[in-house]
Amino acid sequence: MSETASTAQPIPVTVLTGYLGSGKTTLLNRILSEDHGRKYAVIVNEFGEIGIDNDLIVESDEEIYEMNNGCVCCTVRGDLVRVVEGLTRRKGRFDAIIVETTGLADPVPVAQTFFMDDDVRTKTQLDAVVALVDAKHLPHRLKDSREAEDQIAFADVVLLNKTDLVTADELVAVEATVRAINPHAVIHRTERAGIEISKVLDQKAFDLKRVLDGDPDFIDAAKEAQAHAHTHDHDHDHHDHACGPDCDHEHHHHNHHGEGVSPIHDVTVTSISLKGGPLEPKKFFPWIQALTQEQGPNILRLKGIIAFNDDPDRYVVQGVHMIIEGDHQRPWREDEARVSRLVFIGRQLDHEELEAGFAACAAKAKAPA
Amino acid sequence: MPSIAAYDFPEFIETVCFLKDRPAFALADGTLRLPAGGETSLVLHEGGLLSAVYDSSGKRLLTGGEDGRVVATIDGEQIEEIAAIGRRWIGAVAGGPNGAVGFASGRSAYVVPAKGALKELKHPRTVEGLAFAPKGLRVATAHYDGASLFFPATDAGPAMLGWKGAHLDAAFSPDGRFLVTIMQENALHGWRLDDGKHMRMTGYPAKVKDWSWSAKGKFLATSGAPAAILWPFSGKDGPMGKAPIELGTRGNAMVTAVACHPAEDMLAIGYNDGMILAVRFADSKEALLRRGGSSPVRTMAWDRAGRLLAFGAESGEAGVVDIAG
Repeated sequence: MSETASTAQPIPVTVLTGYLGSGKTTLLNRILSEDHGRKYAVIVNEFGEIGIDNDLIVESDEEIYEMNNGCVCCTVRGDLVRVVEGLTRRKGRFDAIIVETTGLADPVPVAQTFFMDDDVRTKTQLDAVVALVDAKHLPHRLKDSREAEDQIAFADVVLLNKTDLVTADELVAVEATVRAINPHAVIHRTERAGIEISKVLDQKAFDLKRVLDGDPDFIDAAKEAQAHAHTHDHDHDHHDHACGPDCDHEHHHHNHHGEGVSPIHDVTVTSISLKGGPLEPKKFFPWIQALTQEQGPNILRLKGIIAFNDDPDRYVVQGVHMIIEGDHQRPWREDEARVSRLVFIGRQLDHEELEAGFAACAAKAKAPA
Repeated sequence: MPSIAAYDFPEFIETVCFLKDRPAFALADGTLRLPAGGETSLVLHEGGLLSAVYDSSGKRLLTGGEDGRVVATIDGEQIEEIAAIGRRWIGAVAGGPNGAVGFASGRSAYVVPAKGALKELKHPRTVEGLAFAPKGLRVATAHYDGASLFFPATDAGPAMLGWKGAHLDAAFSPDGRFLVTIMQENALHGWRLDDGKHMRMTGYPAKVKDWSWSAKGKFLATSGAPAAILWPFSGKDGPMGKAPIELGTRGNAMVTAVACHPAEDMLAIGYNDGMILAVRFADSKEALLRRGGSSPVRTMAWDRAGRLLAFGAESGEAGVVDIAG
């Protein structure tokens, strides 16, 4: 007999990106063959050497549908709408869905599908975008393809794979490149895509309640902002290679990431981090809406935690291109500095203009903390 | 007062129909349940069922599954395999005149005449849905940026009907004069086939999931709004320049399924809270057929006599309403 119907929990969806040969299939096979007791549905572009009992592999042609609303960046993956609808009709059939994209895939329409299609949005929750990077070949990839850069820029988690094929110096350089493209992703170094599943699945990177929680850059900034956090202890968890900017084995150029301009040739994506005090909601919302309307095509990802004037709760926002969503997260703690932070990853972003626009949203200071 | 025979199946109900006057429920797990007169269960597809339609011309249920098979059943007891294409999902099925069957998988539509070989119609984009014209062997496919019309008995290329955006399903009007598609963005689109003139049917707050032609094809009833939306198709220009009729409007619920009565101008309307109303076109008079349930009504079908209405919901709740009591 079947169990009684319970309130349907959205099914988490993990998107795996990465250039051809970066190790996606190896990672998928690791995930599926591990004895985890969970059931996965895997959506692939082509049946390859994947195929494990209990899990379902679905082949699907990557197909971009432009929404007929006049917005060029409002694209969804039609195949995902269809397949996800088919997969989610039956309760409890799968614990999670993994979408493997082709090497040349643009991750944006994949992610937007989970926000723009109502059916998909109610039944699933985008968990994280995971990018595999071939440590040896990344420099070449960045020269000849924009997709490789987009995949890194858009990722929540980057697996710097095939570390055994490069020298220590090369590894440091390639990791610095990844950081330059995306200072906010969690980076793991791997050989043959060897990683604990818990570092890849169940990241909740798109959960508004946890916006920027896992962002090493943001954690760092938050620490900075706390007047009493002056100890030099690296008390955070550090048992693997999740190299945050405050990771003590490499202190490469994080202090400058806010400047957004990468010193590395072939990198066109920039990241801009804005920080300020409490904001005025009546100024912030019109500004961010207009900004995402006008600059949407240039914005790959946007995340922020906002302190609003006279609001006891932290307000969190996230966005992909023109899609933006926000919500109250939790009350500010007594010992937390009321700092507003907004980070953008994109192309052709005008740092000064963003800085000025953000500053203009500041609430009139009453008594500065 | 109508009476209900209620059933509770363990799975999402994709399609309900009457097979030899017995209500039959096609579940997403690939089984077909016939609860009346001693429950029977028939396995249509291993893995799961993806698409199912009642073929009124062949008086049978056509289904497509995750197993890459298309099957038909007339009585709910015997299965006829129409086609098997291997490890690919069958996203849509359609029944045509003279026993023809159509189905779609990926970037191909397939047509299987009652006598003759399977024919593949290749497309540059995914075939999301397909439909047969009421007469002759003519097939319309819905895809990104429009619809295509094929005469599959010939080798002629398709006639393209273009309209920007993704088209997810297609239907001919019963008189064969119009083709209508469901779009990804909460709208229908239509073409008058004589001259290709466009018909835009917009204003839905949600995606249209279900549609049903009224007796004699005068109206096309649709879901996707807090009321059932009925577009008039009796005039020369179809719904062009005309406002649709709205029936069964509710403030706090959405229509998820519609089924026009086989003889009278009356519509069964299913809602996302499980309620079902029967509403007369002429005076909008409503009769409550089901008070509500735990999930949206997914599918409804009348029996031939128009006395029994079978319904199935997403949670597996189902039933047969006898409107004569």
